[in-house]
Amino acid sequence: MKLRVALTAVAAALVIYAGYAALFVAPDERTMHEVQRIFYFHLPAWINSFTAFAIVFVANIAYLATRRPKWDALGVAAAEVGVAACSIGLITGPLWARPVWGIWWTWDARLTTTFILWLLYVSYLLLRGLIEDPQRRASLSAVFGIFAFLDVPLVYMSNRLWRTQHPQPVILGGQGSGLDPTMAKVLLVCVIAMFGVMLLVLTDRYRLERLRYELDELRQTMETRRLDSPSASEKGGM
Amino acid sequence: MSSVRAAAILLAKELRLELRTRELLNATVVFALVVVVLFSFAFDPTPADSRRFGPGLLWIAFLFAGSLMLHPSFTREQSNSTLDALRMAPVSAFAILLGKMMANFVFLMLAEAVLMPVFAVLYNVPLVEIAGRLFVVLLLGTLGLAATGTMFSAVSAHARMRELLLPLLLLPILAPLLIAAVESTAALFAKQPEFDRTWVAFLAGFDIVFLTASWLLCDFLMEE
Repeated sequence: MKLRVALTAVAAALVIYAGYAALFVAPDERTMHEVQRIFYFHLPAWINSFTAFAIVFVANIAYLATRRPKWDALGVAAAEVGVAACSIGLITGPLWARPVWGIWWTWDARLTTTFILWLLYVSYLLLRGLIEDPQRRASLSAVFGIFAFLDVPLVYMSNRLWRTQHPQPVILGGQGSGLDPTMAKVLLVCVIAMFGVMLLVLTDRYRLERLRYELDELRQTMETRRLDSPSASEKGGM
Repeated sequence: MSSVRAAAILLAKELRLELRTRELLNATVVFALVVVVLFSFAFDPTPADSRRFGPGLLWIAFLFAGSLMLHPSFTREQSNSTLDALRMAPVSAFAILLGKMMANFVFLMLAEAVLMPVFAVLYNVPLVEIAGRLFVVLLLGTLGLAATGTMFSAVSAHARMRELLLPLLLLPILAPLLIAAVESTAALFAKQPEFDRTWVAFLAGFDIVFLTASWLLCDFLMEE
């Protein structure tokens, strides 16, 4: 618990510093100016959502292989965190695109893929909400999660063949790409800060899901006991 | 009994069941027609527009119709617990799924065979010279739709609001299939019809990926 508090404090400090660095330390961008600073938020969100969805995929496979409820809990926790991060990416993107591209949205490969990704994992969460039996919910949603993850490269390839407009990767993007060193440092701080926040939220959500599961189990044992010996429960002797 | 033989028997059973009532086929065809007609009210297309939007409209109609017609595939087995009986039979889960997939594939192809000539007349598409190549596109596109759709109808069958849930699960997954199918159909509907190998190969790739995934994961769908 102490560790948890310490980690939260570190993450909070990092987030505050990252916000300050992105707004005041990072140099001005030559053509886009201030609006470019949203990038320090946009890219970490995308990294977070992609990591979270990859975790969902691993958890889904692990659940089907082992049938241990903890993997199911990890799957739902990661899916929720991933959807949240993906929503941040989808909101900050158009905010940046409107002044720079002159339009809010375009049906480009990366944008469309992210949007479909978001829809797929929202459906995953909806599906979970609509199945009562915990075991069935776990295995059916795991199957759907695996299908959804397999679909992502296909969505990307099909859109790539179709059209693309998103800026080419600036980092590791081949010749002529690259960031100003200060920008790169600020970006790194932002990525680490946001990633830390994601991990904290993810572990909390995971723990909550485990507690819920335990509570359900306890409730069920109580029910069966009460059914086995109705008189005992009336006397208060559970 | 081999899986293929078991699947063939199940296919025959599904076809017999459907051909006795034909309710699923009739409803699907009429639903797709409604979509096609409503589209021309909504957009009032000129002949040039029809050529441009036709392929997209056609596949949207097929996908919507498919996402509705695939739903009874597993829920129909629930009312008399016949799926339990099927599972007790000494056949693999994949054989059950494959039989249903093939049946749904046949139903969808039949519905499309009825719809295509009507669509060609309404939207002025000359079908005769491209019939063979169009058949290949329809075949690959419908296979992907039937495979994923049957799989997901087994998933949604256990949920509440399942009628709404199936399209919700299915349609986003089908986004790449829609793009590929529309693009390869558009290449065929053009003034100089062309068989777009890239997109047709993509369609085949989509089918292979999801048929393989269904084969690997179907055991988890059928357990009790």
